[in-house]
Amino acid sequence: MKVLKNTVLALLSLLVVLPFLFTVLNAFMGSEEFGRYYGWLNQDAEVYLAFHLFPDHWTLEAFFQVLLSAPDYLMKFWNSMGITVSIAAGQILVSCLAGYGFSKFQFPGRYPLFVLVILLMMMPYQVTLVSNYIMLDRLGLIGGYAAVILPGIFSSFGVFLMKQVMDGIPRDVLEAARLDGAGQLGVLVKIALPISRGGIASLLVLNFVDNWNMVEQPLVFLEDSSMYPLSIFLADSIQESGMEIFACGVLAMLPVLLLFAYFRDELISGLSASALK
Amino acid sequence: MSLRKKEALVGIALTLPFLSGFLLFYIIPFFITGFYSFTSGISGMYFAGFRNYAEVFASHAFRLAAYNTFRFMAAGIPLILGISLALSLMIFGKTGHSRIFQSIFLYPMVIPVGSVVMYFQVVFSRYGVLNRILYQLGLPESDWLESSSAFLVLLFLYLWKNCGYNIVLFLTGLNGIPREYLEDARLNGAGKWQYFRYIQLPLLMPSFLFVFVMSVINSFKCFREAYLLGGQYPDESIYMLQHFMNNNFASLNYQRLSVAAILVFLVIFALIILLFSWNRHREKDMAGLIREKAKPSAHRAKGRRSEPEPPAFYREHRGMLLNETGEQRIQRKTGRGQEGRRRR
Repeated sequence: MKVLKNTVLALLSLLVVLPFLFTVLNAFMGSEEFGRYYGWLNQDAEVYLAFHLFPDHWTLEAFFQVLLSAPDYLMKFWNSMGITVSIAAGQILVSCLAGYGFSKFQFPGRYPLFVLVILLMMMPYQVTLVSNYIMLDRLGLIGGYAAVILPGIFSSFGVFLMKQVMDGIPRDVLEAARLDGAGQLGVLVKIALPISRGGIASLLVLNFVDNWNMVEQPLVFLEDSSMYPLSIFLADSIQESGMEIFACGVLAMLPVLLLFAYFRDELISGLSASALK
Repeated sequence: MSLRKKEALVGIALTLPFLSGFLLFYIIPFFITGFYSFTSGISGMYFAGFRNYAEVFASHAFRLAAYNTFRFMAAGIPLILGISLALSLMIFGKTGHSRIFQSIFLYPMVIPVGSVVMYFQVVFSRYGVLNRILYQLGLPESDWLESSSAFLVLLFLYLWKNCGYNIVLFLTGLNGIPREYLEDARLNGAGKWQYFRYIQLPLLMPSFLFVFVMSVINSFKCFREAYLLGGQYPDESIYMLQHFMNNNFASLNYQRLSVAAILVFLVIFALIILLFSWNRHREKDMAGLIREKAKPSAHRAKGRRSEPEPPAFYREHRGMLLNETGEQRIQRKTGRGQEGRRRR
C-alpha cells in the first residue's frame, strides 16, 4: 500500500516537472540539432516526433543568440520587468495600508467596502476588463503603459490578502506599542509590517507571477506591439520558432522561479493564510 | 474629538489610497458598464431596454462560449477537487518530504505557460509524442490541438497548473486538525477510512469551500492557456466566454461586451451568495449537532450501532474549533495571549 502510494506520487511528480525539465534541457541544443528533431513541427511531414530530452551536443548557442544577437527578445524582457515591478511595488504599498486599515480600524462603510473587494476579487478578469477599458479610455491612457499598470496596482487581491494576514496580529500587541508612545504610523511600520512580512512576501510572489504572465491586458490596452511584454511575445513567436524558443522560455521563467525558490516557505504560508476565514 | 471618531479617521486615511483607485478603475466604471448594456448607438445615445441582452442570448457565438465555459467547469472542478484532495492525503504525514512535494506541485502555478508551450506542442501536435505512443500501442490517435480533443488538453493544463494551490490549501486544513484526534481515534478503534470520513472530511469543509471558490476563479484564468494553445479563434470545443469577450473588444462592440460582462458578473455573484449561505447553514447545523451529541445518554446505551459514531473527543473539540476566532487561535497556539493578560 505504501509502495503503491509512493509510486503514484513519484510518477505524478515526474509528469508535473517534465514540461520544465524538457524546456531547460532542450535550451542547450544547437540549431542543427533543433532542425533535425523539431524542424518538421511546422511543416506537415508525416513523421512522428521523438521525445528528445537530453541534447546530443550541449551548447550555449541558443542563449548566445537570444542575449546578444537578437535584441528583440531582451527588449520584451525589460518591458515585462518594468510593468511587473511597478505594479508589484504599487500594489504592496497600497495593500499594506489598506489591509491594516480594514483589519484594525472601525470606520463607516468598512464592511460593505470589504465585501466589494472580495466580490471583485472573485470575478474573472474579463468582467473588469470592460470597466477598466471604459475608464482608461475616458482618462486618455489607452496605448501607454499606465493603462496596464494603474488598474493592476488597485486590484483587490492584495488588500484581501493583507487584511487576512493582519487579522492574525493580536490587538494587544498593537495596543501595547501605542501605550509605549508610538504613533499610528509607527505602529504600522515598526510592529505590524515586520510581523506580516511573510504575507507581504507571498503577495509579492503572487502578484509578480500574475503580472509576469499577463496576456489579456496588453492585448487590449496597448496598441503598439513593440510595447508588448514577454508573455505575449512568447505566445506569438511559437509559430516561427527556431531553436531560441527554448532559451527564451528558460529566461522567461527564470525571474519567477528564482522568486518562487527564494520565498517558497513564505508563499506557502501566505497561501494558507488567505484561506483562513 | 472622541477616540472612536479618531480611529475611524485613521482607518479611512489608511484605506483611502486604495479605495480611490479601486473606485476609479473598477467600481464606478462597472456601473457605467451596466448603463452601457442598456443603450445603443456608438456613444450609447439611445436607450435600448433589453434589446442588447436578447441579441447576445440569441447569438450563436455567445451560446457556444457559455456552454463551453460551463462544460469546462463542470468537468474540471470536480476533477481538480478530487485529485488535489487525494494528493494532499498522500502527501500529508510524509514528514520531511511534504515540503518537497508541495513545491513540485506548486511550481506550475508560477511558470509562464508561454515558456513551456513548446513542450505541449511537441507532445500534443498531430505527429507529436502522445500520438506516437498511441500509435505504437495500437490505440486511436487524435489531433489533440485542433479537434474537440483540445478540450481535454486544456483540462490537463488546468489540472497541471492549479492542483498545487489546492494541495497547499488542503494541507493547511489537514494540519489544522489536532494530532490527538488521530491517536484518540485509533484508541477508540476507528479505521483509516472512518477517521477520514468522520473527522478529516467534516473538519476540511471550510477548506473545501475556499478551494472550490478558488478553483472557479482559476478556471476562468485558463483563458491564458487556451489563448496560447489556440490563438483568438481556437477549436470550437475550447471557445470560451473569454474568447467571446476578447473578440468583441477587437471588433469594438462595447454593448455586447457590457452585456456579457454583466451576465458573467450576475452568475458568479449568485454562485458566491449560494455558497456562502450554504456554508453558514452548514456551520449552524454542525453546531446544533454537536450540542445534541454532547448530551449524556444517546448512542452509548445502544448495543448495536447502525452507523459508526464519531469518537468522543470529536464532540468535545468540534464546537471549540468552530467558534474560535483568529486571535484565539493564535493565543491557543502560542499560549502568549493568556500570559500577557495575567501579567496585566
